[in-house]
Amino acid sequence: MTRTAVAPQREPAVRKAAPGGAPAPRRSGRRRIALPYLLLLPALLLELLVHLIPMLMGIGMSFKELTQFYIRDWSAAPWAGLDNFAVSIDFDAPVGQALLRSFLTTCLFTVLSVALCWFLGTAAAIFLQEEFRGRGILRTLFLVPYALPVYTAVITWAFMFQRDNGLINHVLHDQLGIGDSPAFWLIGDNSFWSLLVVSVWKGWPFAFLTVMAGLQNIPRDMYEAASLDGAGVLKQIRHITLPSLRPVNQILVLVLFLWTFNDFNTPFVLFGEAAPEAADLISLHIYQSSFQTWNFGTGSAMSVLLLLFLLVVTGVYLLLTTRGRKTSDV
Amino acid sequence: MRRIRAAVTGAVTLSLAFTATACGGGESGQATPKTLTYWATNQGSSLEVDKKVLQPELDQFEEETGIKVKLEVIPWSDLLNRILTATTSGQGPDVLNIGNTWSASLQSTGALLPFDAKNFEAIGGKDRFVDSALGSTGTPGQDPAAVPLYSMAYALYYNKHMFKAAGITEPPTTWDEVIATGKKLSKDGKWGLGVEGSNLSNNIHQVFVLAKQHGADFFTADGKADFTSDGAVAAVKQYVELMATQKIVAPGNAEYAQNQSLSDFAKDRTAMVLWQTPQQTFASQGMAPEDWGVVPAPVPAGKPGAGKQTNSMVAGINMAVFKNTKNLDGALKFVKFMTSDEEQIMLNKAYGSVPPVKSAQQDPGFSDPSLTVIRDTLATSAAALPQVPEESQFETVVGTAVKELFADAAAGRPVTTESVRAKLEKAQQQMPKK
Repeated sequence: MTRTAVAPQREPAVRKAAPGGAPAPRRSGRRRIALPYLLLLPALLLELLVHLIPMLMGIGMSFKELTQFYIRDWSAAPWAGLDNFAVSIDFDAPVGQALLRSFLTTCLFTVLSVALCWFLGTAAAIFLQEEFRGRGILRTLFLVPYALPVYTAVITWAFMFQRDNGLINHVLHDQLGIGDSPAFWLIGDNSFWSLLVVSVWKGWPFAFLTVMAGLQNIPRDMYEAASLDGAGVLKQIRHITLPSLRPVNQILVLVLFLWTFNDFNTPFVLFGEAAPEAADLISLHIYQSSFQTWNFGTGSAMSVLLLLFLLVVTGVYLLLTTRGRKTSDV
Repeated sequence: MRRIRAAVTGAVTLSLAFTATACGGGESGQATPKTLTYWATNQGSSLEVDKKVLQPELDQFEEETGIKVKLEVIPWSDLLNRILTATTSGQGPDVLNIGNTWSASLQSTGALLPFDAKNFEAIGGKDRFVDSALGSTGTPGQDPAAVPLYSMAYALYYNKHMFKAAGITEPPTTWDEVIATGKKLSKDGKWGLGVEGSNLSNNIHQVFVLAKQHGADFFTADGKADFTSDGAVAAVKQYVELMATQKIVAPGNAEYAQNQSLSDFAKDRTAMVLWQTPQQTFASQGMAPEDWGVVPAPVPAGKPGAGKQTNSMVAGINMAVFKNTKNLDGALKFVKFMTSDEEQIMLNKAYGSVPPVKSAQQDPGFSDPSLTVIRDTLATSAAALPQVPEESQFETVVGTAVKELFADAAAGRPVTTESVRAKLEKAQQQMPKK
């Protein structure tokens, strides 16, 4: 879904490039028209197989009472109508309450994580614009978290967060003497912050990479002109860098939002089969609601609700940001 | 959501893969395909150890019958999901090991072959097996969904160095003694008892026994969830209080889920653990057999027995046949082979468990004192976990409740009857409605 949501955004860029090229000859028109579709076919088929069909099956499942008694033969599962949805959004009952809490936790987590990732990535990219010794090494170093396999990286974090033998407590408590007793990072309320740290650590290099690429497109003479006019570094960032990065940021924030909101691997590897309440992200919550209680119908209903929410957010976001951009372009 | 989609995709891919392998096996002749796929549970100290133990036996089976068994040892963290995926796709192994507590849950999916009179006859008869082990093979009154393979029970293991250093001569046998002994041992960074606070199954095993000792069950006689009875609340509270108020369990144990308490035990940091078959792990952590001792798990007072004197669950591994197998005859032959006296003696010795097969139990190799404790416990004072379809969900929700209570205790928050009851109430509301 992430990819489908992003794809339409890339189109304008391609179209803008087209007018520069030679106009297409009209002679072999039919073949020309067929070609792009033919080239798209493998991608389309894979998209269908990997994303759309499972998604449609998931939507179908959400209307069924798919419990352990029926998983062997899905077609035998009785239709549940809207029952699964009713259970999921009945916020007075425990299932709905837990889902709502998990949803709000995820919202807070996503806002913080995306903001931090964006801020760190942008700051690092701007600092590394200037030429200096060791810039290449730093750029490479900053990308390491992005290049590491997620599981390996998060398992390492889990070791570091262990209370009695972990590196974090060794530094914070044993060496710096913070707190009376070593804190727990993998259970209890602190788990939210450990999850946030890992998520930002994992996510910011992507922001860094994207913003760095965006910065290459800003003409240097704009900065020169600005400094001649007496604008300091902060003013240059505010009035040249950030406005020029706007289209890049628009996509970057959306992609980070979707990835973070949907992130399953990080909390799953960090906390295992039962995440602490404070770090119960929605994707993990849905997984538990379906796989661990063997109730795939309710789990699917929750997934569909999540899908709808993300679609709405994405749609509204794109509507607002593109409109904003058009007016600013004028 | 992504995960679910991924899983569905995985299921499809897996099904394709399994179809391919099944076809490969079937080519030599529809009636007697020459291969079986076998999913084994992780019994030894690592997956590699298991492969080393099992492979020679499988080779022997191939020599005797001409059937090749493809072995896959599956870690516990993945096993239930793998079985669910196999059930959903209809393409799974031919023969598989399951935790015996899941028997009724998996039975309800209909994925496992029922062992009716005919199938039992094919593997040598139902009366070969010990009764207590047969009590954990499915819903009472239905044909068992599996047969017992390895039997285990909980016992109290103690670190002899630490006992000696603290001047303790007698290992404790009642809970009061455990607490008194634990308090003597819990000082200078060392602790009396180890728990695995974030391991849901282990939490369940412990509170199930404590509930029995309070005369309570987590399910009513007709199979309804009943998590909030006074006895159940008292049992959970008693278990968490070992950390919260008795302070004989290190707070750090609240986040343990990967047998860290056994490492602490081997490193002389924790003096006692309530465990099933830890011998191999102790050995792999450098402990000699004379470094540790074992006594029956504690009871409230007196000697272990039935009812309130229960001191262990009937732990163990069952062997099941996937109903979709294309090679039923071969699968049953393999089950017969694995439950034969010779294999039972060899495998249970390797894993430190007790054979659930009566004739194999007579082998002198199982009269070692550490195994006698287990055998006696299984024979007289172990109870089977509830054999209801919702058992697996019960493990998840109540196990999580206990985990959260341990987190409270570790953070220094009070654990009261009310807080325990509230957690258990929440757990009960998460159970599927009947």
